[in-house]
Amino acid sequence: MGRYLLRRLLIAVPSLLGISVVLFVVLALAPGDPFGELASNPNVPPEVGAALRAKFGLDDPIALRYLRWLSAMLHGDWGFSFVSRMDVDTLILQRLPATLFIIGSSQVLALLIALPVGVYSAVRPYSIFDHIANLLAFIGFSLPTFFTGLLFILLFSIYLDWLPFVYRTDIGGSGWHWYWEQFKQSAMPVAVLALLQAASWTRYVRSSVLEVSRLDYVTTARAKGLPERMVVIKHVVRNALIPVVTLVALQMPGLFGGAIVTEQIFRIPGIGSLLISSILANDTPVIMAVTFVFACLVILFNLLADVLYGWLDPRIAYR
Amino acid sequence: MAERGSPAGEIWRRFRRHKLAVASAVILALMALAVAFGPLLWRVPINDIDFSSHLEGPSWNHPFGTDDLGQDLLARMLYGGRISLAVGLAAMLVAVTVGTAIGAIAGMSRGSIDAALMWLTDLFLSLPPLPLLLLVIYLFREPLTKLVGLELGTFILIVVVIGGFRWMQVARLVRAQFLTLREKEFVEAARALGMTSLRLVIRHILPNSLGPIIVAGTIDVAAAIIAESTLSFLGLGFPPDIPTWGRILFDAKDYLDIAPHWALFAGGAIFLAVLSINFIGDGLRDAMDPRTQA
Repeated sequence: MGRYLLRRLLIAVPSLLGISVVLFVVLALAPGDPFGELASNPNVPPEVGAALRAKFGLDDPIALRYLRWLSAMLHGDWGFSFVSRMDVDTLILQRLPATLFIIGSSQVLALLIALPVGVYSAVRPYSIFDHIANLLAFIGFSLPTFFTGLLFILLFSIYLDWLPFVYRTDIGGSGWHWYWEQFKQSAMPVAVLALLQAASWTRYVRSSVLEVSRLDYVTTARAKGLPERMVVIKHVVRNALIPVVTLVALQMPGLFGGAIVTEQIFRIPGIGSLLISSILANDTPVIMAVTFVFACLVILFNLLADVLYGWLDPRIAYR
Repeated sequence: MAERGSPAGEIWRRFRRHKLAVASAVILALMALAVAFGPLLWRVPINDIDFSSHLEGPSWNHPFGTDDLGQDLLARMLYGGRISLAVGLAAMLVAVTVGTAIGAIAGMSRGSIDAALMWLTDLFLSLPPLPLLLLVIYLFREPLTKLVGLELGTFILIVVVIGGFRWMQVARLVRAQFLTLREKEFVEAARALGMTSLRLVIRHILPNSLGPIIVAGTIDVAAAIIAESTLSFLGLGFPPDIPTWGRILFDAKDYLDIAPHWALFAGGAIFLAVLSINFIGDGLRDAMDPRTQA
């Protein structure tokens, strides 16, 4: 297992480098010049502008500039946010927990919905339950997150007045009261993200379980007299989950889009809403850093999926 | 009625059995007709400000109600729907063109070119699309709008960027199709007759791999509509005077408590369009996949 993990980690390095190249190229191709204002300012003599450009290496070849940028990023020197007046890495570290909490809980909730529904649909294919689940799944992944969010606010905050629609980090109280308030304010954002994920996962789980239950070893398990429950849970589901993990990992990048929208709707102070507010405030270092963090998160979750994959399918782990 | 046996007729016969897909096709056609010809019939200007009737619910004068400036929502939605659907179609065309080209090159060439292109595809698949969309739009919006004007500039930018982050699925599908098709006897026969590779691809291989491309393209339209609406909903897509459905929703979200109709009509339109397209894609997949023979 340890060697497998190490190999996976090594495979992640080129992807991270690739992503950093893409980000840097986008930034380098973008028109606009950080010293453009200096050049047009008549009070600054052109020699000073040229000296500054030389000092920061703006006229160097692009490969050199990339290497310098990359080494700065690796040293944790992510720049300074002029809007928030603090270092970019501190700012992101402040915001990251909220995002991870919302994404993590939504994944768990989605799994809790998708797994039973998908398996039950596949065990009784073309039953009424299956048809309804299929229809709901289609509705679920056709509902854009921003619309689900607004619908939830309309229903639960405005008409029923059960849940608050603004997320607060400074809820008072302690112990159970705090947990209850936290639960109430995260319920809607988590549910919005979870429904989107659960909808497509249900379909993956269903088709995968259907496929596996046709295999010979399942017939063998039945033939030797195992109760149906055992057959499904111990023999079918575990093997059916292997392709599902791959598909889930492929969906990861899209999930972060949903997280950005959700954070924006419910005003959750995570890195998604940080991204939007820094775009509106033209805070380029923060925009670059948040995009990079999102890309790293995708890779991290892919890594987790790989580990899960190795656990589900021992043949892979020991290869 | 197409005769049985012709491939198109066969697909149509099977597509018709998917009731939800047929119903969706009808709904989508009605929506397309409405946004195409609606503004000719419903001649209320989209930016007619009338504070005496602002935030009104649906009525005979304003079937979809009005917004905070008293502008007629039906007119705005018909006009904005054109943009929303056009962005979806155009971005799909970009994605399918790029994806087919890359997939075809990778599928026809062996060795390092194939490996490099697939590495690129995998890399793009692991990029988070929305943050990058936002980044690219943030960096390139102003210069491009200076070049070709605000509306056209935003349209081109959004279409290219959304399409540019959605070609990977198509590329993989096309490559997989090409890998199997290029070893088939009919392709070999054509090659033995002296056909050039390019002609071979255009005449024989590509037409035979159209099915999965069409299905993926259909789903891409839905995804592109959602992507555009998301950008507009975040306030970073089209400018306020171009009321795409996402933009209407962005403006409506602060009036959710007093004028819910405003958000519901816009969000409902996006949802209905996306849902129908997804069902049509599902129907097409069933109809074109020879394994679901019945």
